[in-house]
Amino acid sequence: MHHWIIAPVVLPAILAPLVVLLMRHDLRLQRLFGLAGTAALALLSVALLSAATANPAEAYHLGNWPAPFGIVLVLDRLSALMLVLTAVLALAVQAYAVATGWDARGRHFHALFLFQLMGLNGAFLTGDAFNLFVFFEVLLIASYGLMIHGAGGDRLRAGVQYIAFNLIASTLFLFALATIYGVTGTLNMADLAVKVAALPEGDAALVRVAAILMLAVFAIKGALVPLQFWLPGTYANAPGPVAALFAIMTKVGAYAIIRTTTLIFPPDTPAIGSLVADLMLPAALATLAIGAIGTLGATTLPRLAAFAAIASMGTLFTALSAFTPQATAAALYYLVHSTLATAAIFLIADLVTSRRGSAALAPQGRIDRQGPLAAAFFATAIALAGMPPLSGFLGKLLILDATRGDAALVWSVILGSSFLMVLGLSRAGSVLFWKSHATDTAPAPHPPQTAAFAAVAALLAGLVLLTVLAGPVTDWLATAAQSLAEPDAYIAANRLEEDP
Amino acid sequence: MEALISIAIGSLTASGIYLMLRQRTWPVIIGLTLLSYAVNVFIFAAGRLATGLPAIIAKDAPGYTDPLPQALVLTAIVISFGMTAVIVLMSLGAWLTEGHDRVDMDDREGEGK
Repeated sequence: MHHWIIAPVVLPAILAPLVVLLMRHDLRLQRLFGLAGTAALALLSVALLSAATANPAEAYHLGNWPAPFGIVLVLDRLSALMLVLTAVLALAVQAYAVATGWDARGRHFHALFLFQLMGLNGAFLTGDAFNLFVFFEVLLIASYGLMIHGAGGDRLRAGVQYIAFNLIASTLFLFALATIYGVTGTLNMADLAVKVAALPEGDAALVRVAAILMLAVFAIKGALVPLQFWLPGTYANAPGPVAALFAIMTKVGAYAIIRTTTLIFPPDTPAIGSLVADLMLPAALATLAIGAIGTLGATTLPRLAAFAAIASMGTLFTALSAFTPQATAAALYYLVHSTLATAAIFLIADLVTSRRGSAALAPQGRIDRQGPLAAAFFATAIALAGMPPLSGFLGKLLILDATRGDAALVWSVILGSSFLMVLGLSRAGSVLFWKSHATDTAPAPHPPQTAAFAAVAALLAGLVLLTVLAGPVTDWLATAAQSLAEPDAYIAANRLEEDP
Repeated sequence: MEALISIAIGSLTASGIYLMLRQRTWPVIIGLTLLSYAVNVFIFAAGRLATGLPAIIAKDAPGYTDPLPQALVLTAIVISFGMTAVIVLMSLGAWLTEGHDRVDMDDREGEGK
């Protein structure tokens, strides 16, 4: 199994240039190889997931350099889970892009898509902080291309904003990394875990600054208030399938926060203490509230979806800031759920918008295939708002259960914002589907796009599966959260003691 | 030397942040570039400042300077150069299609096309 750990990075890294160089004039070949590559990634990720389930964390030393000096990729339950989630989401989104012809509206969609997957997989696998920065840049530069796919002035301008935000974040990330390197002399995450825990008291202030800088960077990625400003404009202006893929991009921020706060800056480190939790909980609750209020005030359907995404990140970070294995397991369950649900709402928004011709949430005539679309919107809205019977309800229940200690504040914000989201989503649904249903006009003809509906149905089926298999999934996640809380296996996998 | 480097990093960062907060894309890009210069010098300084020492361990040299930050700076320079090129092209594209180069946008324009 050993060498397979690097395959999720190498496969798209080889395939994407081939798609650019050899197939740039043939869209059918691009589609074939793009979909085949993503499907192969999905199979690979599932194989790695089963390996990570059976074995403790395993490290792949690039070039066989010993750990703190060379770069390592580490496969554990968390990274394997993120790989599978990415591949499954990507497959559905890519199929949707092919089925709706989005990939034909600009050039190099599939190559950029594969590069994006390479960056995502690398970011989830790497065990080196600087390498994490490099993979962030890989996934970002691909996302810039995808974001402006199909062009148009507004999309370009939103893209400029998106790039500027992320360039600032990257610069902050570099400042944080340089500070950490200046204090500890290492950038390997496992080595950092050992060194930060044993830091002399005089260096604690510097490490705290670096930790907060780093968390600020991940908070920009994860759209945590007050760093969420880039998200609504970017997601609402991005092409529908790209916005759906970006559902995993905010989760990269969440993943990086989980990884760094459990491994490098855990609350029981004297240099850090409860600093992270004290900052993250209020920010997370504010994120949740702003996301929920945003769904009420949104004037277009993509913007509503973007605010729902912000609210889901708020719920996720609320659970994470409890810093207990139980809360982390609940957060991971919610992470999987919200990725699928957010992607589904963006795809549905795209289907609705292309049929209505406008994204505005205002009554209009009937649209083609109104029934299935309304049903899909209804199911996704239930999942997003956290109503029974779908996995959003279970995820929120798990999070409520894990945050009993701070119930008065956390519960009221989570429950109150769920109520606001129910209102916002039902307002959108009734404007889009009920009011137009009352009109007599025949819907404008539109291609049926059965395959695109199938892609949305696949995402919703994922939600149903997550609900039905909630028992085994939460057991598996509890073990994953436990091994995150006690990262001895992760550190041991790096084989640091073999220093020359 | 320490004072000189820190003043340089400080003034680069300050000018970078000031320019970044402007309303037109061109000053913003220049600001981002200045900020990336600042961080490059900062990374370099994170490996401690040593003058006249080789970046490898040699028997006849009195010491060595940390080579790793130099490798990190190289990576950071390449990446920030590429990213700057991307944002320059995108802003050019936005300017040519829209006819102006303001950074801010109205929330309601052109979504979901």
